[in-house]
Amino acid sequence: MDVSQYLEIFLDESKEHLQTLSDQLMILEQEPENMDTINEIFRAAHSLKGMAGTMGYKRMQALTHEMENVFSEVRNNTIKVQDSMVDTLFQCLDALEEYVDNIQNTTEEGSNDNEHLVKSLKRILSGGEEDKESADSASAANASVSEGDKEKWRTIKIGSAEHTVIKAAKAQGKNVLGITVIVQESCILKAARAFLVFKALEELGEIIVSVPSAQDIEDEKFEYDFSMLFVTDSSADKVADAVKNVSEIKDAFVAAFEYSEEKEEEKEEENSQTSVQASEQKPAKEKSSETAVAAPKQENKKPAVSKPVVNRTVRVDIEKLDVLMNLVSELIIAKNSLVAASNTEGTRTAASEHIEYLESVTTNLHESVMKVRMVPIESVVVKFPKMIRDLSKKLNKKMQLFMSGEETELDRTVVDEIGDPLMHLLRNSADHGLESAETRIQRGKPEVGSIYLDAYQDGNNVVIEVRDDGNGIDVEAVKEKALSKGSITPEQAENMSDKDIIDLLFKPSFSTAKQVSDISGRGVGLDVVKSKIESLSGEVEVKTKLGEGSTFIIRLPLTLAIIQALMVEVGHEKYAISLGTIQTIEDITPEEIKYVQAKEVINLRGTVIPLIRLNEVLDIESSKSPEESLIVVIVKKGDKLAGLVVDELMGQQEIVIKSLSKYVNKCKIISGATILGDGEIALILDTNALI
Amino acid sequence: MEELKAAYETTQFIVVKLNDEQYGIDIKYIDNIIRMQQIYRVPKVQQFIKGVINLRGEVIPVISVRAKMGFEQVEETKATRIIIVKIDGSDTVGLIVDEVKEVVTLDASQVEKVSYDAKEEKPNYVPAVGKDKGELISLLDLHNLIAEKENG
Repeated sequence: MDVSQYLEIFLDESKEHLQTLSDQLMILEQEPENMDTINEIFRAAHSLKGMAGTMGYKRMQALTHEMENVFSEVRNNTIKVQDSMVDTLFQCLDALEEYVDNIQNTTEEGSNDNEHLVKSLKRILSGGEEDKESADSASAANASVSEGDKEKWRTIKIGSAEHTVIKAAKAQGKNVLGITVIVQESCILKAARAFLVFKALEELGEIIVSVPSAQDIEDEKFEYDFSMLFVTDSSADKVADAVKNVSEIKDAFVAAFEYSEEKEEEKEEENSQTSVQASEQKPAKEKSSETAVAAPKQENKKPAVSKPVVNRTVRVDIEKLDVLMNLVSELIIAKNSLVAASNTEGTRTAASEHIEYLESVTTNLHESVMKVRMVPIESVVVKFPKMIRDLSKKLNKKMQLFMSGEETELDRTVVDEIGDPLMHLLRNSADHGLESAETRIQRGKPEVGSIYLDAYQDGNNVVIEVRDDGNGIDVEAVKEKALSKGSITPEQAENMSDKDIIDLLFKPSFSTAKQVSDISGRGVGLDVVKSKIESLSGEVEVKTKLGEGSTFIIRLPLTLAIIQALMVEVGHEKYAISLGTIQTIEDITPEEIKYVQAKEVINLRGTVIPLIRLNEVLDIESSKSPEESLIVVIVKKGDKLAGLVVDELMGQQEIVIKSLSKYVNKCKIISGATILGDGEIALILDTNALI
Repeated sequence: MEELKAAYETTQFIVVKLNDEQYGIDIKYIDNIIRMQQIYRVPKVQQFIKGVINLRGEVIPVISVRAKMGFEQVEETKATRIIIVKIDGSDTVGLIVDEVKEVVTLDASQVEKVSYDAKEEKPNYVPAVGKDKGELISLLDLHNLIAEKENG
């Protein structure tokens, strides 16, 4: 059987559920009594179990099954949440993540049975499990099948538990619907389809009972149809539509469930029989009916609370987006050539109107495509609270992570890459930054250390700050270390500013930690962070105050593919400078040039700005004579300014960035190339590398 | 060596002229052959990289094979061509050659391995020689030729 086509969905959804589990477990640790959280965890574990079962990942299924059982009992108040239990559950989470990773890499779940985890879950459970199983078998007993007709759901037998639920639902004015779903004969993965149907329905309401039982459906023990009773706020039509939206579903029949006294009596009779047969089962049944009643209420309240938190997203294959992006790029090139053509042939109003229109269309298209590519950094940072929790235990330091701006959006390619550097900085803060609890108390700081992760948009950049209220960077210690390693000479050390010294931290194989721990300080530290961020055209900056903490500021461009640029000419060659970095453009006469340490500078409204003659940097003859006044483009990098001397300004243009092949990447000052309207190539200057 | 022979079993090569010598490039790597066109200089790169060209909207670097092999530079002529090659797992590049002559088909018996001194610092660009109609064709190893390692 080919399940590979579901693998992607499975992986995506598993990751989502695992994230939910992790988030909710964090909450549970703080508020062990929070019923919403417990329900949420139960649901996530249940969904995971179902999906793993359908895909044939037995080990994952077994583990989630035990987790589900534990939470089922927690829900029933038979066991209480304890710290040790949360720890075990976090371990389970790690194990599940390992399974999912294995599946992603090899499509196999791996051979780790995680027996110790299953055992410790069973220990937590100790005894409470029997109830659960009898409840299962009770619902399975309800399964009686007759030949397929559209009203098959009428044959569903109703036990006392279901009965109570229906009554409660009716009392709340909800619709009780009978549903029969018929799957196409050609469907290969009936269970997967049924699972999707259940999932769709669970979004609308609560399934009371199904025939065959949910377990049997999961195990694909059914023909081409299954039926259920369903409590919902939605109309029958809406429910039918939701079911039919699942592909390979032949048809769905939905009708209101008539509630008759006769049936009730019949049922009660039946119920008494069961209770005679197994009187012990009754408390279990009642218990399950209680939770079932509680659940719809909860469902009722949930959407209002949780919908804004959980993003309803459409998953788009990144390759499709790339294709779209390329198309837009082509379109922009076409537009540019039209603009170029119209300029040379003299302006005709009609033509230029069309061009204006084309221009607005392409700009809009570009914007919307960019927006599709943008994803909130949330997807990366959500895993950090758990990481800090783990670190806190491992390092035996008390710490808390505060995050803000998780909704800040960045280009998908950047978001995918930014996780590791951020993780490293956080670990760095936790390990090196924060002091031990004793030291903190001595210094009059709160015992629990704080780490902040703040993200926000700043013009054309997104800024991510990792801040801690720990020790800060000990500049003297860094200096000493650099001296002992021989990275700098004593004379150099004399002349270095604090900032220069802190920059040493970003040099390869530099770690100030006296001890090498497995958390950070393996010598491959901040330099990796720096190079990663620079490869994303971003930059890192550090601010620190000894004893008060340090802040790492990461500045990233909002987008990488298309930028607004100023086109300039240097010695008849064309270059593009990203508009985002440009402060102003100045006309400077040769007399205004001053010299500081034999370097050319200008004094611009009180600020001394170094001049960079681009023709010298680019090894080309300037087309201007030295007497002429200079055109200087003032660019900014962090808080540093520099003036780039160019020969000619050509104007502003939207350019499509084409990466330069790796054969020419030796040139650090060129970050890419672009194709102009007339087919000419202009190189894009990386001003960050120039300053 | 058997392996090498097997690899060359009836392989088609494009024969190009460089410095009055004949060189063969395995046809399976060749994407396109274009006339000389405007090459845009890229500053501060290896000297054998002549710059980049615009090939149907893509920016592609071009390498002077003459410079790479250590031959003297010549003015381009009408016959000068850029051969666009793509090797698996590597970016597309253009190779500037003096002239493109013909396509030949060589079988294993026409290919002879060239002994190579391992002490030689330069990578071996010509691991084998093909014989066709009494003429010798040096078969280029594109992997070595295009390798990122700088040499010239």
